[in-house]
Amino acid sequence: MNSTVIRPPIVRIRNLTKSYQRGNQNIPVLMDIDFDIADGEFLALMGPSGSGKSTLLNLIAGIDKADTGQIVIGGVDIALLTEAELARWRSTNVGFIFQFYNLIPVLTAFENVELPLLLTALSRKERCEHVETVLRLVNLEERMDHYPSQLSGGQQQRVAIARAIITDPTILVADEPTGDLDRLSAEDILTFIDRLNREFGKTVIMVTHDPRAAEKAHLVRHLEKGVLSDN
Amino acid sequence: MFFLKLIIRNAFRHRLRTVLTVVGVAIAVMAFGLLSTLVGLWYLGVESSSATRLVTRNSISLVFSLPVAYKDRIRQVPGVKSVSWGNWFGGVYIEPKNFFPNFAVEPGSYLGLYPEFILPPDQKAAFLLDRRGAVAGRKLAEKYRWKTGDQITLKGTIFPGEWPFVLRGIYRGAQKSTDETQFFFNWNYLNETLKKTVPRRADQVGFYMTGVSRPDQAAEVSVAIDTLFHNSLAETLTETEKAFQLGFVSMTEAIMVAIRIVSYVVIVIIMVVAANTMAMTARERMGEFATLKTLGFGPWYIALVVFGESITISMVGGFTGVLLTFPAACWIEAELSQFFPVFNISPMTIYLDLLASFTVGVTAAVFPTWRGVTIGIAEGLRRVG
Amino acid sequence: MGIPYSYSFRNLWTRRLTTILTASGMALVVFVFAVTMMLAEGLRKTLIDTGSYDNVVVIRKGAGSEVQSGVERSQASIVAGQPEVAIGEGGLSLLAKELVVLINLPKRISNKPANVVIRGVGPVSLALRPQVKLVLGRMPRPGSAEVIAGKNVAERFQGGGPGETLRFGMRNWTVVGVFDAGNTGFNSEIWGDVDQLMQAFRRPVYSSVIFRLRDSSGFDSVRERIEHDPRLSLEAKRETRFYADQSEAMTKFLRILGITLTIIFSLGAVIGAMITMYAAVANRTTEIGTLRALGFMRSSILAAFILESLFLGLLGGMVGLFFASFMQLVTISTMNWQTFAELAFGFNLTFEIAWKSLLFSLFMGFAGGLLPAARAAGMNIVAALRST
Repeated sequence: MNSTVIRPPIVRIRNLTKSYQRGNQNIPVLMDIDFDIADGEFLALMGPSGSGKSTLLNLIAGIDKADTGQIVIGGVDIALLTEAELARWRSTNVGFIFQFYNLIPVLTAFENVELPLLLTALSRKERCEHVETVLRLVNLEERMDHYPSQLSGGQQQRVAIARAIITDPTILVADEPTGDLDRLSAEDILTFIDRLNREFGKTVIMVTHDPRAAEKAHLVRHLEKGVLSDN
Repeated sequence: MFFLKLIIRNAFRHRLRTVLTVVGVAIAVMAFGLLSTLVGLWYLGVESSSATRLVTRNSISLVFSLPVAYKDRIRQVPGVKSVSWGNWFGGVYIEPKNFFPNFAVEPGSYLGLYPEFILPPDQKAAFLLDRRGAVAGRKLAEKYRWKTGDQITLKGTIFPGEWPFVLRGIYRGAQKSTDETQFFFNWNYLNETLKKTVPRRADQVGFYMTGVSRPDQAAEVSVAIDTLFHNSLAETLTETEKAFQLGFVSMTEAIMVAIRIVSYVVIVIIMVVAANTMAMTARERMGEFATLKTLGFGPWYIALVVFGESITISMVGGFTGVLLTFPAACWIEAELSQFFPVFNISPMTIYLDLLASFTVGVTAAVFPTWRGVTIGIAEGLRRVG
Repeated sequence: MGIPYSYSFRNLWTRRLTTILTASGMALVVFVFAVTMMLAEGLRKTLIDTGSYDNVVVIRKGAGSEVQSGVERSQASIVAGQPEVAIGEGGLSLLAKELVVLINLPKRISNKPANVVIRGVGPVSLALRPQVKLVLGRMPRPGSAEVIAGKNVAERFQGGGPGETLRFGMRNWTVVGVFDAGNTGFNSEIWGDVDQLMQAFRRPVYSSVIFRLRDSSGFDSVRERIEHDPRLSLEAKRETRFYADQSEAMTKFLRILGITLTIIFSLGAVIGAMITMYAAVANRTTEIGTLRALGFMRSSILAAFILESLFLGLLGGMVGLFFASFMQLVTISTMNWQTFAELAFGFNLTFEIAWKSLLFSLFMGFAGGLLPAARAAGMNIVAALRST
């Protein structure tokens, strides 16, 4: 399945700039970024620390606000959305995978995955079915009553993946998903992400340091000092 | 339901911290309850007084008496239904620390004026017949384990000597607020004894109690009584029982105001402690809040989680505090009987206790919620790990 | 090797909100602690100043207070004849037969009536009480309807000021002078000629007899004689003792209230400090591990955290004491349950109360910091470093 160029872009970024205020210093992070991500793409963003790759990811995911510029995702300019609209948009369009999994420690694997469904109108029974399906997909159906502290890093990240895809979002956003894992688990996680991209057609945007992770991607872009360069 | 589970599990995540906070809130609520009860007891006399009873006393002050002959003239005032009279006896039972109010009263009319003192008919008859008879409230009798027929001796402070009485009746209060710690006996016993020992002090009464038919007659009748004795050797001052009690209580108001302030200070202190707990908890949870927001949960969910946790902790503390209040009240009743012959926790106090702990929970959650709601997701996520 | 003090202080500064909350909780506790002690001290001072050790008060047996007491004229004369009574200048014996009654007077501001003591005094009554000084006007002329008012009465009661008139006992009484009795209860009294007042109130008996002892050691013998004289049925007390007994209930009440409140409040504050310090330790686990790895001893870690907590307590203590000191401006006036008379007393901040309060705040800091500091000191280096 070759899907890189033919499909229309799902993410369109134009003239994007972002800077942080530290003390009375203005530190530019992203400078005039222009690029598109095609639907069904598996993109890896690489670059040294402080290059702005996580910031770019956060902006695409709608959890941070740009200074200027446009981010149009699936036809919606997310810069124009209000806080509440943005929250609703995120809950249906974006799935997140974090470096440190960010599971809620007092909730079981099952409950963690169920969490995003609470924002939908699904009944308890439907939610249950969905969660079980997804957990089966990540091979954790036997561990669903375990708390995060009772799971290994790789297992926790699989729970996080299950949580990310439970609402069937169009885009998956992963920030260093293998950064805290041993090689074997990392391999495992990447296989899953790859599968989600291939079999389910999810657009994946992944920030990583790890060249092995980047290998899985179809496209690798480098970010250096806030400027995007082609590989 | 889901969030309830989350809230409860969150509340007991830091077991030590939660337990400490719960204990803190419990102690504060207990202190608050005890102090409010104390203040409430002070005003009990005011609350249980009737608007159709008037108190007439010497206008100079309570320590001056009135001639007993006034009773006939008061009775003739239009609107007056019945008249009783009595003296504050101020007797001491065995030793001064056993304090309870005791009066010498004209028995028949006095019981008629106080329908809220419920006395079984046979006991009432026995009391009226026995010149040395006395009646005690239920709580008072329970406290000293008195039974009808017991001989009780009071030592007089105002009227010197040893005064033996026979307990003829034990009254119960018609309402919860009725004072069940009073002790009264036949005024004639006092008067006849005084006639023999100090004739100068005989035929004098400390106060008249006058019953009127309707509360709206009170003002008119008061004025009529006082006019009657204007410019006589013993001028009178008549007011409703409520005003009389209030006047008495208001003289110690300064201390009661101080205690009331202190009872609020307790709550403020515990608010500070609970707010501190919640501030720390919320600081640790910033990453989780950011995660929830990332998943699309709005500020209301964050508020729900923080408020829920805070209120859960404070209410657990509140209920514990209420439970602790009862043994503490028993202890006070035993140790401080000089000041509080009875120390009863009223349902109102318990409501106030719970309201106070709820307020503590809400207040403690305000600032952390605001932090959790306003923090940027990107910033919050950086705090993970 | 110790950890620099600045480490502890800066940590408090870094967590400002928590520090402020914890310290203000402690400040409130120290405030209550100091204030209740100040109140007890104020009452004690008032009582001590009211009586003189060498004065004897004689009242009816069992009466407890002057208001409830009655001393017949004949009995008073027998007391006056006791050889222990001191003789003052001009051969006058230093003995006063006094009348004490309560009257209701309305207050100036609230118009609410409160009890005021009226004392019928004799020629040496003032001399018997060196703490009472006439500050304005003159003494009442014997045989006239003139009175002098204590400072509190003059200020707070209607008609109590100099030149004003008071009405009681079917007569008008002119206030011709104001006296100041310092801290004592006399400030809430009105004094007039004893014979005039007995007439006005139709009281044929005195309330009490007060006299100065010729020799302080003579008290026991005179008391013995008075209390065992079958004609008398009176009791004699040293004046200091008499006033202390009279306010016993109030003193006990304030003491118990103070102790109870302090215990309850300090438990709350110690818990607050413990929560704060436990969190401080938990947040800095890695840091503690690093310090240990750098070679700091367990005892140094313990000291650093205890110091932090002590400082927290001291901060609260100073703030609390600062606000408590303003309470000295307030006077509490209330009815004494035993005498029904007004009793006014202030908050008295002494050096002893100040250092006790600060010591108390340090103790709270210590109690709150000990367990968390022990936890910090007991941490395993490797585990601490690994935790994130």
